[in-house]
Amino acid sequence: MNAPGSQPPVVPDDRPELGETGNDPLVLLELIQRLKVRDVMTPDLVTLPRAASMQQAQELMRQKKISGVPVEENGRFFGLVSIDDIIRALVAGTIHESCGRHMTTKLVVLEDDMPLSFALRYFDRYHYGRFPVLNRDRRLVGIICQRDINRALLVELTRELQRLESASVQRGGEGAAGSLYLLREFPICKYDFENAGKAANQIKQVLQEKQFASKVIRRIAVAAYELEINLCVHSDGGVLSWQVSSGRAEVIARDAGPGIEDVEWACRDGTSTANEWIRSLGFGAGMGLVNVRRVSDEFEITSKKGSGTTVKAVIYIEGGAA
Amino acid sequence: MTLGTLIGACGWEAVQVPDLNAEATGAYTSDLLSDVMAHGPEGAVLITVQNHTNTVAVCTLVGAPAILVVHGREIPDDMREAAAREGIALLRTKDDQFNASLKMGRALAAGKQG
Repeated sequence: MNAPGSQPPVVPDDRPELGETGNDPLVLLELIQRLKVRDVMTPDLVTLPRAASMQQAQELMRQKKISGVPVEENGRFFGLVSIDDIIRALVAGTIHESCGRHMTTKLVVLEDDMPLSFALRYFDRYHYGRFPVLNRDRRLVGIICQRDINRALLVELTRELQRLESASVQRGGEGAAGSLYLLREFPICKYDFENAGKAANQIKQVLQEKQFASKVIRRIAVAAYELEINLCVHSDGGVLSWQVSSGRAEVIARDAGPGIEDVEWACRDGTSTANEWIRSLGFGAGMGLVNVRRVSDEFEITSKKGSGTTVKAVIYIEGGAA
Repeated sequence: MTLGTLIGACGWEAVQVPDLNAEATGAYTSDLLSDVMAHGPEGAVLITVQNHTNTVAVCTLVGAPAILVVHGREIPDDMREAAAREGIALLRTKDDQFNASLKMGRALAAGKQG
């Protein structure tokens, strides 16, 4: 067993990237990237000093119904007494000895400003029930367990749902006044070719029902389809949204990465970073963004390597339905 | 020219054809789906090697009534289902793109003369 405080806590430094798992719903991906460990952890800590006995730790865990007690003095973190440590002390007959002597000191800790995605990755990797959380000054500021994460995600997802519902109601209202007919969002996952095209198809159907001119419908649908395919092929996942107002249709693709290094190059005809597999499906020949720009009356692309890309295509609908 | 007439004239395999009387006004030969979206004329049969669901999606967008799969390639179930949903005919030939296009061109020309 290590001497108390002799082993510095391990702070992992290989932060995971958003969307690495590939199949997670996008709202969740955004949430676990946006939320920090400090937003989710329990800050009100029950702690013991090094001199406290293992039996005191056992009693505290029983009373508070917790599975681990951090050992700390004046904010300085020394280690953690877990149920395993208690069991070992009971078996070895050392339950009356100090926590400082029998606590676990070789610990993986998290920092409070790390994204929640990072904490999730470490729960998955290390199979610990909890992680102590330190701030930048190496002071113990909280503890995080999977229950904290579940609770925080439920709260945030509920908020997100309410936000989306209220936005939808608000926009629907505007539609009634004639300024906006529709607004829809489609999450697109990396390499999910099976679902690429759903947004484009829906736009086409809706506009056909509203009897828009077929040439305009085709331009809007082509922009949507190319952008869907782009999200599918090049991004870590993103959202394709479209809205149709009385005078214009907007198709917007936004993703959270990996970003484009040279936007001008990417918009050039025939340039592409797609691999052979993508090309064999009939995509990735460097025509996608060119096609979108060709069918658009307004075209905007913003991107930064390492962060996300947003492409906006606007097509004028001269006076609405034909 | 109707799909039924074309199929008869060119000897293509009718894998599934929801409407033999659907009109085909021409053809577009390409294996690059972005190219089809950019230039494929409405009403044209798409002659291609691309035997997957995205081909159906693209044909829906450009208004192609049929897909002719060349080289006798297998047509997967999900492509058949997608085509059935969208009312797009699936045809097949052992010919390559050039010969399939040639036969279709001749059939269309004969149709105009006749």
